[in-house]
Amino acid sequence: MAKRVGIEVSLAISEAVKQAKVDAVAAYPITPQTHIVEHLSELVADAELDAAFIPVESEHSAMSVCAGTAAAGARTYTATSSQGLALMNEILYIIPALRLPIVMTIANRALSGPISIWNDHSDIMGARDTGWIALFAENGQEAYDLTLQSFKIAEDHRVLLPISVNIDGFTLSHVIEPHEFLDQEEVDAFLPEYRPAVQLNPDQPVSMGMVGVPEIYAEAKKCQDEVLKNSEAVIKEVFAEFATRFGREYRVVESYRAEGAETLLLTMGSVSETAMEAIDILRDRQQRSVGLIRLRLWRPFPVAELRRAVAGCRRLAVLDRAVSFGATGGPVAEEVRSALYGIDGAPYVGSFIAGLGGRDITIDDFIALAGQVEKMAETNEIHQYKMTGVRE
Amino acid sequence: MGKNFDEMAWHEYELGFMVTRPGCAAEYRTGDWRSQRPETDKSKCIKCGVCYLVCPEGAIGLAADGTYDFDLEHCKGCGICATECWTGCIRMIEEDE
Amino acid sequence: MENFNVFAAKLTPQQEFLAGGHRACQGCAELLAVRLVAKTLGHDYVIANATGCLEIVTSSFPHSAWKVPWIHVAFENAAAVASGVEAGIRVLQRKGRYPVQRKVTVVAQAGDGGTVDIGLQALSGALERGHDMVYICYDNEAYMNTGIQRSSSTPYGATTTTSPAGKADPLGQHTMKKNIVEIAAAHNIPYVATASPSYPFDLMDKVKKAAATPGPAYIHCLVPCPTGWRMAPNLAVSIGRIAVESKVFPLYEIENGDYRMTVTHKKHRPVVDYLKPQGRFRHLNEAQIARIQEQVDKSYERLQKKVKMSQNELD
Repeated sequence: MAKRVGIEVSLAISEAVKQAKVDAVAAYPITPQTHIVEHLSELVADAELDAAFIPVESEHSAMSVCAGTAAAGARTYTATSSQGLALMNEILYIIPALRLPIVMTIANRALSGPISIWNDHSDIMGARDTGWIALFAENGQEAYDLTLQSFKIAEDHRVLLPISVNIDGFTLSHVIEPHEFLDQEEVDAFLPEYRPAVQLNPDQPVSMGMVGVPEIYAEAKKCQDEVLKNSEAVIKEVFAEFATRFGREYRVVESYRAEGAETLLLTMGSVSETAMEAIDILRDRQQRSVGLIRLRLWRPFPVAELRRAVAGCRRLAVLDRAVSFGATGGPVAEEVRSALYGIDGAPYVGSFIAGLGGRDITIDDFIALAGQVEKMAETNEIHQYKMTGVRE
Repeated sequence: MGKNFDEMAWHEYELGFMVTRPGCAAEYRTGDWRSQRPETDKSKCIKCGVCYLVCPEGAIGLAADGTYDFDLEHCKGCGICATECWTGCIRMIEEDE
Repeated sequence: MENFNVFAAKLTPQQEFLAGGHRACQGCAELLAVRLVAKTLGHDYVIANATGCLEIVTSSFPHSAWKVPWIHVAFENAAAVASGVEAGIRVLQRKGRYPVQRKVTVVAQAGDGGTVDIGLQALSGALERGHDMVYICYDNEAYMNTGIQRSSSTPYGATTTTSPAGKADPLGQHTMKKNIVEIAAAHNIPYVATASPSYPFDLMDKVKKAAATPGPAYIHCLVPCPTGWRMAPNLAVSIGRIAVESKVFPLYEIENGDYRMTVTHKKHRPVVDYLKPQGRFRHLNEAQIARIQEQVDKSYERLQKKVKMSQNELD
């Protein structure tokens, strides 16, 4: 098994895509996704990866080309960020309806305007309701592992849905981290050759993308929703197999020193690593009962797992890295509040928005956040959301 | 075929609501859209096949004697065949005639 | 009917790959063109279809009119989806994971809106990348599916629901039809052609040629729309013929940059013969018609210069 290599996270993701032996990659350059697809095009040019690399003229076409390659029966990958994901938006909705298991890395970046190349989660939140499975990675190793696992999840014939693996732009995509790579034989054993459920093929003609007349549209949407919700079980299965084979464990909801904690912070993405350091300080130096919940699976939202993870805590501070303008909470906080609504002894949920457009979130910020939610809970302060770290 | 397509439960459809019976639109009758129908004076027909070629419905087929017959289940009565016929052997007549 | 052996219809492929029972309007020349294209390409082809008339009338669940593999994703991306299907099939054939090892022709098809307006970028991208595919635009000169709104392919002087001829503005469409054929040719692709279902053999020859050409081919097919052009459905084929005879829609091809007329006439009809049967031009006065005649003559002359230049180069 596995050598440990210091390498940029974007390159580690391309390595996973190569080891997954994808057949087709279609992509359009956008910062901070570029290193991933640049490296993939090199791998194709050097015959290290036998795939069609299609450098398209826009993200809208990137996703449209992916629809075509996937419908032809090719294992298909793409990557994008921010405006690129927004431009794809129309097609994102159609991919799961056609049941095409495309894997996409989103190097999360703020949305214009003002234009910002830096990291937050605005892009994926805008694509929240497109019907894709959405996973979040916290570090390079996770990005590599989740990319490999995503192909297996997406292509499972009980699923056949597209997946986005979200990695924070720059803070993850452009940093060099140690990665433990699997051997090709190990990957091959875990992820066998792709067997598409359907292929556009003249010997067995099918019509895909029919007009959804009123007699069937609702059934089509219901079907999509059920399959997406049921994918959680398959995701857990694949995580379990991965852990058995390679010893690295993943859960749809992760926790860190959350046992018996009275106050929990809840995060998604790479900022969780900073939060864990804050938890260590709060626990070890300040003897405060604070823990951390990290959402790995964003869609389908793991309602039951979340309830279990926060059971017994009194206060929950949800950190969002995107604004849902004029809404009742940050996008993640809204989901969490809904998931906990009506549950006996549900914790007070504070919604905090921070880290927009590349603004740093420090260890001290998390320590302050824990204090703030405790204070708010004391008076049961009714609020929608608070944007923190903003000059007033 | 079992149930009608508008009676099926959400999980009973093909993957992605695709259609796997090629050309099954033929089951759909467009003949009742018609107010006029084509009629051939076969004695004038030179068996050239122009009518067959220009029918947007593909509703004109070769008969055993080399002339052409109309598939009235699909013919919408557009009258292109009558207009394009070289000898004028096709004419459109009112459906109620 | 064009000048051909009267009995040649019997020699065309008899098998249909577009089934009847599609829901196009009576006398739809688009569906006629598609039927002829499908016949020509036969069994081994795959279609990526843009949203539009052709898509909705052939794929109303649960009835598909297609006997070949067919995919519809969205309005503006038929060229991109076809690029993907082409690239996917090639790579899987190379890897031995595609069920068919024969050559499979990939066809993108869209209307004028899906080609010259909203689909222009995806089309340009696909042509530039050099995919081995055939793109066919079925041009009925407006957004017929949504109710006859003007597109950039609507001709000068045509009244549509968004370029209506009115009291203050009696002309209708003010702009000249976008020359998408030249735009396609400017990508230096090996094959570009205009075609018409009113000239079925010319159309079928061009489709065959386009499919056999390695790399991208673009066919621009004028398809009269009785509903949108406001004319009797039985005239759909004859009006297409008059479009050619009056130089409004010349039939030619551009092979590796060389222009060649595929249908010529010793004498041309005046454009008024083309305009008159169509309700969308009924409001035009003599001066406006004269202006259209002028435009048509001019662009035909320009085309003839290109043809001549190509001949000189070839000689």
